[in-house]
Amino acid sequence: MATDTLHHGAHAGDHEDHDHHEHHDVAGTKVFGFWVYLMSDLVIFGTLFATYAVLMRGTAGGPTGADIFELPLILFGTFALLISSFTFGMGVLAMNANRVGQLKMWLVVTFVLGLMFLGMEVYEFHHLIHEGYGPDRSAFLSAFFTLVGTHGLHVTFGMIWILVMLVQLQTKGINAATRPRILCLSLFWHFLDIVWICVFSFVYLMGVL
Amino acid sequence: MSSASIEPASAHGSTKSYVLGLVLSLVLTIIPFGAVMMGAFSTPVTVWIIVITAVLQMLVQLVMFMHLNTKADEGWNMMSFVFTVSILALVVGGSLWIMHHLHINMMIG
Repeated sequence: MATDTLHHGAHAGDHEDHDHHEHHDVAGTKVFGFWVYLMSDLVIFGTLFATYAVLMRGTAGGPTGADIFELPLILFGTFALLISSFTFGMGVLAMNANRVGQLKMWLVVTFVLGLMFLGMEVYEFHHLIHEGYGPDRSAFLSAFFTLVGTHGLHVTFGMIWILVMLVQLQTKGINAATRPRILCLSLFWHFLDIVWICVFSFVYLMGVL
Repeated sequence: MSSASIEPASAHGSTKSYVLGLVLSLVLTIIPFGAVMMGAFSTPVTVWIIVITAVLQMLVQLVMFMHLNTKADEGWNMMSFVFTVSILALVVGGSLWIMHHLHINMMIG
């Protein structure tokens, strides 16, 4: 049984009591294919992390991480992104219970939290460039902007995807076409959270030390 | 509800497991930020706190939010993940190793 999970039967009394017996291999294959894409994306971020780690001491007389990183701001963005991962999870639960209104509500909440995160990042980038610490200042800053900017770009596309799904849910509702899309998007969103955990741990926190 | 049961890796979980995941991830964020911002520990200790909480935090995301396990899709999700992590270990670890030695041999900085 390809789609059996450890969770089967663990919460039979809950509302999200869904039918595990029917299989839908096309949708399962779609989600797995998307998973493989995420793994390739992980390799991209891995190379960007390696680049950053190699170049982080190449400050060329410019500022170091400890000079420019503002941890309270980063903490705010981190909370926004972590909570958005949770709200998306709640959205998936609502979808499993076939509650389209709740699903849309959670997607909107996730979108707003993503917007807060992105606002934090745009503010930070704008502030740095305004001070003359743009990506052209040093190898360290080039690597920093590339790594963090690539993550931010992913979040931006995730948010566009959320908007598209909100429209599709409005017109099509929850069906065999939209369901795997929401699931892929949820994987994408959680994945971005994992990448951000690496960013705030190894770029910001280690950088300030 | 013919399509209610389709997804191997991501359709499962409960409100309880998501709330637990959220609480764990917030705690595992506050700990390293607190350690760095208060500067209460020596640098090596702080580095270990950051590394350990980051790894735990990623596991929380993978297991509680993405429902990665060895059963779904006959383990192919897990298999591809382990493969990717191995490649990453080579790429990141190898780059750092090589560039570290190059740095020493060139005697720059």
